[in-house]
Amino acid sequence: MSAPNKEFDPKQVSDLSEDSVNRMVAAALTAIGAAGDLSELKEVRLAHFGDRSPLALANREIGALPPAAKAEVGKRVGHAKAQIKDSLTSREEELELLRDQQALLQEVVDITVPTDREWTGGRHPLTTLMDAMADVFIAMGYSVAEGPELEAEWVNFDALNVPADHPARTMQDTFYVTSSDSGAVLRTQTSPIQIRAMLERDPPIYVVAPGRVYRTDELDATHTPVFHQIEGLAVDRGLTMAHLKGTLDHLAEQMFGAGIVTRLRPSYFPFTEPSAEVDLQCFVCRGSSIGNPDASCRTCGSEGWIEWGGCGMVNPRVLRAVGIDPHAYTGFAFGMGIERTLMFRNGVTDMRDMVEGDLRFTRAFGVEA
Amino acid sequence: MRIAASWITELTGVLAPGRDMAERLIAAGLEVEGVVVVGEGLMGDLVVGHVEDIEELREFKKPIRYCLVDVGAEHGGIRGIICGAQNFVIGDLVVVALPGTVLPGGFEISARETYGKLSNGMICSEREMGLGEDHDGILVLPKATAEAGTDAKPIVGIGDQILEIAVTPDRGYALSARGIAREVAIAYSVPFSDPIDRTPVLPAPTQTRKPAACASDDLESCDLFTLSTVVNFDPHAFTPQWMKNRLRECGMRSVSLAVDITNYVMLELGQPLHAFDLDKLQGMVRAGHPREGEIFETLDHVERTLSESDLVILDDRGTIGLAGVMGGLDAEISDSSTNIALEAAHFDATAIARSSRKYKLSSEASRRFERGVDRTIAPYAAARALELMLECGGGEYVGMNAVEAPMQVTVITISDQLPSRIAGMEIPAQQVVDLLTAVGCRVIHEDGQLEVAVPSWRPDITDQADLVEEVVRLIGYSNLPSTLPVAPAGRGLTHAQKLRRRVGTALAHAGLSEVLSYPFVGPLDLTALRIPAHDSRRDMPTLANPLSDEQPWLRSSILFTLIPAARRNIGRGHVTTPIFEAGSVFHGAVSTESIPVMTAEHRPTQAQWEALERALPNQPFHIGAVLSGDAQQAGWWGPARSFDWSDSVQLARTITQACGLELVVSRASDPMFHPGRCAQLQVTDSDGKMHMIGVAGELHPALIDSFGLSARSCAMEIDLSTVIAAAPLVRSAPIFSTQPVAKEDLALVVDINVDAVSVERALREGAGDLLESIRLFDVYSGPQIGEGKKSLAFALRFRSPDHTLSADETTKARESALARAVIQCGAALRA
Repeated sequence: MSAPNKEFDPKQVSDLSEDSVNRMVAAALTAIGAAGDLSELKEVRLAHFGDRSPLALANREIGALPPAAKAEVGKRVGHAKAQIKDSLTSREEELELLRDQQALLQEVVDITVPTDREWTGGRHPLTTLMDAMADVFIAMGYSVAEGPELEAEWVNFDALNVPADHPARTMQDTFYVTSSDSGAVLRTQTSPIQIRAMLERDPPIYVVAPGRVYRTDELDATHTPVFHQIEGLAVDRGLTMAHLKGTLDHLAEQMFGAGIVTRLRPSYFPFTEPSAEVDLQCFVCRGSSIGNPDASCRTCGSEGWIEWGGCGMVNPRVLRAVGIDPHAYTGFAFGMGIERTLMFRNGVTDMRDMVEGDLRFTRAFGVEA
Repeated sequence: MRIAASWITELTGVLAPGRDMAERLIAAGLEVEGVVVVGEGLMGDLVVGHVEDIEELREFKKPIRYCLVDVGAEHGGIRGIICGAQNFVIGDLVVVALPGTVLPGGFEISARETYGKLSNGMICSEREMGLGEDHDGILVLPKATAEAGTDAKPIVGIGDQILEIAVTPDRGYALSARGIAREVAIAYSVPFSDPIDRTPVLPAPTQTRKPAACASDDLESCDLFTLSTVVNFDPHAFTPQWMKNRLRECGMRSVSLAVDITNYVMLELGQPLHAFDLDKLQGMVRAGHPREGEIFETLDHVERTLSESDLVILDDRGTIGLAGVMGGLDAEISDSSTNIALEAAHFDATAIARSSRKYKLSSEASRRFERGVDRTIAPYAAARALELMLECGGGEYVGMNAVEAPMQVTVITISDQLPSRIAGMEIPAQQVVDLLTAVGCRVIHEDGQLEVAVPSWRPDITDQADLVEEVVRLIGYSNLPSTLPVAPAGRGLTHAQKLRRRVGTALAHAGLSEVLSYPFVGPLDLTALRIPAHDSRRDMPTLANPLSDEQPWLRSSILFTLIPAARRNIGRGHVTTPIFEAGSVFHGAVSTESIPVMTAEHRPTQAQWEALERALPNQPFHIGAVLSGDAQQAGWWGPARSFDWSDSVQLARTITQACGLELVVSRASDPMFHPGRCAQLQVTDSDGKMHMIGVAGELHPALIDSFGLSARSCAMEIDLSTVIAAAPLVRSAPIFSTQPVAKEDLALVVDINVDAVSVERALREGAGDLLESIRLFDVYSGPQIGEGKKSLAFALRFRSPDHTLSADETTKARESALARAVIQCGAALRA
């Protein structure tokens, strides 16, 4: 009734009453809340906030109102529009978030499929075990000494107090180079590195020498003609067998766990006197398997001890051969097989696995033994 | 040395289980490898049987005997027993396992029907009783050993515990019951009565004829030689069962009474003896040297050509024995020898070791002589053997001749504190004296000094340190304290050692697995590896005694042994084999003349040491890799990518980068590699000097074929020693600008034979200081470019240290780069 109704086509005039506006707002808010996604919201926006929306149409009516009513109704409609706009905005934000979340859900993959495009490599466990053992000594202030694998017989034998026709020379089956009297051999032990270390430096000498050695053994489950040892040598004033024992105990503990100790048994090596075999306390059963058939130990064969290497006090004759005064200095030396250590430490059952170059063996260890 | 615990008990009075003896001996330094019980597992009765009658059953495939054997009234008297052996006669004493007895190995004897007879027991062989391996026939006991029905177990030694001792080269005395008994006595702290303190029961020599004469032509090598004569010895006399048992338990076979006695006395006292047939000797028996080239046949039926330096035993006709090693066939005693000349001598350990090594002949005698035999014991051992001979084989002792050089007793003076100082624990002086005395030394203790006279059976004790070892081992190494010495502050790993570790780890992280191959190669390997006849890599050391005659050389290249390792992996089904190895290679042969002969009595002179170092071949540390198969495996992500030449070059780059060096790649040729796909690798050191470090590329198809590698397999080898020598110790910090970057791309067409690296170098030179980086991002050849041409597309980045580059500046630099490439490489801008 607020506008002249000149046309034939009658037009419903919007109701601008408070009730009516509230109803429009309520309807809009309900529709906005019901919009499930952004496209639905777009339709809701058109329907309730677009140019043809009831509120927009109602808004047009304001001009026809008497001036006194204009302000009040204008305020009412403006408030309604703001309410709807806010609701639209917040709903839009909600729905955008929902859309983004759903988009990520669309990208779900099977996270368990293989991912190994590239190969995994590894260092040979003998290498890393040698490094690990050397590191124990590096931490104590030792250096790593080196020497050639093709060595002079003098260094490999004579200087180590193994005279030419001594049975000790035949204890180790030697590869001779060129001929049996050329004076050159493939070193049968890492001990020649002791000689080089003592020729190259003055006491005090604390060195460790890991390396490859050779003997004319055929390859089988427990022998290989090419194998590895680690040698330790200390020459200083006042070194004793107690120091030797302490050093070996420390190595045992570092490699096999706290409390593991070594045992020395008298033996014979030409380059040490007194000499001893080194046994390692079994790090698996710690001796509990001895005489205990119900809890037998495969690692030590229920002996409680594992043969590990040889050691002793450097024979004064060896010191003499390198020009160190045996009255002023004493020394100790020790050596153990790396293959053997790896076999019982890491449970390798067949020597051939280590030497045949099968990459499965290496890969299994990665970069640490 | 194997020895029965019962024998030790007889000599020492120590009655202890074998295991206990073993443990104490181990603690004292004798390596007891095991204790075995003779006839372990045998249960039930084993009795002496007297063979009453033998019926030969001939209707079977092999001769069978049905024997009537008296096993004593308490075991049922005479029984019928079937036996397949033929080595016994009526009246012999045998060992019978009665029904119910279980033999070692769980074999139970029962009375049973066989060959149509009831066999009521079994006549046993040595092997069946678990005594030894002898299965030639049944065991026949010497006549009158025991009554029928006697328990046979103690008679044949069943239940004896045998200690198996690995005797180290310094303990020759432990190759005898006497020596081991002494150690046991010390270990159990009981007084030791030396068996040689008992005088053998021997009649005065009859001198009915002249005893065989002897001499030593070389008193240095043979300083004591005795020869004893016995006549009218009964060659058919039996060796007593107890002696047979001991020989068997020590691992020796019974041969004949005379030989058994020589062996027995050797086992008892450690003195090897040799019995000659007196009637086969002619003239004087001498220790000396043969004629050069003399042919001599040893007991083992091997003819040996002697040289003048050998130590032998001779008579007037020539050599009759290789002294201290093995006798000759000609003068050997036989089944019928009644007159015997018995040699007991002392030979120089070195001389015997030399013979044994030279003739590859190791005998019970040589093992003892080369470890040192008691210098004084030969006459006593001869007397002991004569005593046993006369006792068991009758005969008449005619006399003994001997020749001897003056003997020197080793006397060593040490401080009574030395053992304490070396052990690192307090050892009272009196205990030192007591222990050395127990070992057999005579000790004079005065003013803190010990004057120690070493016993004749311990030639190994020559130095103060040897005496220290005797003392400390007898105190027990288990009593040593455990103390860590304090080393001076260390320097850690050397730069080279760190880099070697780093390079290995870098390759492992690049997906390669480290393998270790044997460094042995041979002619067939080199042919397959396509190494030409005059290639310098063929100059390798040769082993005098290789494991295989097919591989006598030591590798001069890692790839020589790594490629076969790759083949082995592929053979095991690893089609993809990315492997590497780092290790020594060997360059150049060793001449037999070049290494100086030096004494170990003192430090070599500087000149000697340098000569020795020079004579050894160069042995650089190389690292090699073989890439065969897929670089990236096929998967849900797509198809596999095979390794190609570029992977091998990149691997080399990984190595040089780990060492802080830029890799310089250029074209090369190597017969092992594809002629068009082989790179020469170089690095530049901090002085700007270039070093050749190796090769990389695709292996030659023919080589790939020979080794069965995957098609287009690649390889790389680098001399890591050279790389490390060139590597910087300290790396310099980079200087870089934060001004904006200007990017320019350049696509150039060049002749197909122009290497990218040279175009890049030209662009780099031409672009000047504003160039920050350059990278080849595309290579193309095809019809659009034209025949014999290729297109190289480079991305150039320019940056100024202090301002934003203007378009002009960038263009100028780009033009200048292009101009240089046009001039130097004949490049044209791609249309």
